Amino acid sequence: MAHAPETSSALHGVMAEFDSGQALVDAARQTMAQGFTRVEAYSPVPIEELNDIIHKKRTVLPKLVLGGGLTGMATGFVLQYWASVIEYPMNVGGRPQASWTTFIVPSYELTILFSALTAAIGMALLSGLPQPYHPVFNVERFSMASSDKFFLVIESTDPKFDQRAATEFLKGTGAKGVYDVAE
Amino acid sequence: MALQETPVILPGHDFETVTETIAEIPLSRRFPLGWIGIILVALAGAGLLQMALGYLVLKGIGLWGNNAPVGWAFDIINFVWWIGIGHAGTLISAILLLFKQQWRMSISRFAEAMTIFAVICAAIFPIFHTGRPWLAAYWLFPYPNTMGLWPQFKSPLIWDVFAVSTYATVSVVFWYVGLIPDFATMRDRAVSRVKAIVFGTLSLGWRGSARHWHRYEVATLILAGLSTPLVLSVHTVVSFDFAVSVIPGWHATIFPPYFVAGAIYSGFAMVLSLAIPVRRFYGMESLITMRHIDNMAKIMLATGLMVGYGYAMEAFFAWYSASPHERFMMWNRMFGPYAWSYWALISINVVMIQLLWFKRVRTNTTLLFVMSLFVNVGMWLERFVIIVTSLNRDFVPSSWGMYYPTRWDFMTFFGTIGLFLTLFLLFLRFVPMISIFEVKTLLPQAKVKAEH
Repeated sequence: MAHAPETSSALHGVMAEFDSGQALVDAARQTMAQGFTRVEAYSPVPIEELNDIIHKKRTVLPKLVLGGGLTGMATGFVLQYWASVIEYPMNVGGRPQASWTTFIVPSYELTILFSALTAAIGMALLSGLPQPYHPVFNVERFSMASSDKFFLVIESTDPKFDQRAATEFLKGTGAKGVYDVAE
Repeated sequence: MALQETPVILPGHDFETVTETIAEIPLSRRFPLGWIGIILVALAGAGLLQMALGYLVLKGIGLWGNNAPVGWAFDIINFVWWIGIGHAGTLISAILLLFKQQWRMSISRFAEAMTIFAVICAAIFPIFHTGRPWLAAYWLFPYPNTMGLWPQFKSPLIWDVFAVSTYATVSVVFWYVGLIPDFATMRDRAVSRVKAIVFGTLSLGWRGSARHWHRYEVATLILAGLSTPLVLSVHTVVSFDFAVSVIPGWHATIFPPYFVAGAIYSGFAMVLSLAIPVRRFYGMESLITMRHIDNMAKIMLATGLMVGYGYAMEAFFAWYSASPHERFMMWNRMFGPYAWSYWALISINVVMIQLLWFKRVRTNTTLLFVMSLFVNVGMWLERFVIIVTSLNRDFVPSSWGMYYPTRWDFMTFFGTIGLFLTLFLLFLRFVPMISIFEVKTLLPQAKVKAEH
């Protein structure tokens, strides 16, 4: 007990376990109302409300995908124009070299290809994935987070964070268990 | 009471039982005898394919039966057939997602797997038809080579390369993204260290945090939104391979929608051919319910009727065009040397399919299984009819000729079925065949009330 500052410096945060999505959402609301800011919730299924409650910000992913798609379209068109008009012109039935209508299909496909890759890779990278190690995995019960348990973590970087107070607070939100998360 | 529908998944499931039922199969150490038996047969088929392709590379494509005037035959028939089958997977995972059809969740994973394996089988045909597949790179893809050659971008064949390779890539990406949270579940449940590491790597370290899920849901919706126009474009572009030419029977404006409907029709037949035995063998009846089977049969009926409309319009156009070549083409299809294939396809795709109007047929899985196999045959015959009967007798009678497939054609075709089954069985054994987290979202535990 006398070493409280030492243990808390090696602490990622305090984790509470819940039985249902509803309990997690209620606890998340209480935690945010309490003024905590560095909070994260973990659930086995997507729960739309959690992001609105905790992070409040929507992802920039759609804008990135738009950029990816436009890049794909431009790539497709420029590639075809350059290959068919500048680098390797070939007369096909006397049609114009820059017959852009015939360039539509590959440009369209590359638009989709680039957008889809941006969506998938962007989703992973924005989430910091791949990330083999994360402190939450140190809690043994956390292996249930992908099965049927719901978790809420108040992180130690939170300015209001105090290990004992956070633990007591989380117990008061109806948690089935509260655990320290080692860094 | 009459309005009450069978639930999407049967009652009695909670998060834990869903995880257990699905995750148990890839994590168990058992290889069921039935699975071993079938994969041995499938591997024999894949071996046949290897033999056929190996000999083809040694001897050249003269092994195949296609020759002037029928320059395209089994290679393109099987290509279109396989690509078409793939379409149901994307329809289920993308279009039904946009329409918020929750019943798709139990079948989307393995329908998508089916898509990927079908596209692999499809790709084999055009690539090996080039004769020297190791050179196909500069024939097909625009990459700088020392000869300064570039593909002809005004040709639908190169559009097809772009459409199919984009389709393959996006299907794999969509499938993998869908698997990430399930791989995390497998990682957390794996008992053996090796499995935990393999699934952990595949899961990319997924934690299921609120931020993760938010981006994940946005990404999934975007991918579904992108896959929808993509899947419609793929068979459209495949139909351009025919429709842009001037061959009677190919040069038709109805081809793109007619091909897309046919693709979805044959794809749902294949999903049924796979789902019916799989749910019985693995005891998945509570997750893949009669509701799924019934719905899939209905989609098969609807798309089958569209295909039937396509056949009617082809005959109508042939008559209404007043072109003697078009009229002769239709006559040749109906009464020429390949008439058997035309009437076989009509009796399957137009006549037999009418049985699906009856609920008793749609809920009889054995009958439906047999019918779905017939539909696969029927759709194969459709491509055979379109391709062979248009080419074997075109404008000049002196250039007419018959097409007979050789044993190598059959070996390659049946070989791809073996390869497809091999890949599918490996998927069933090593990957969660139903999306665990998506099925969970259907349960009351996942529901959250709005703030009061």
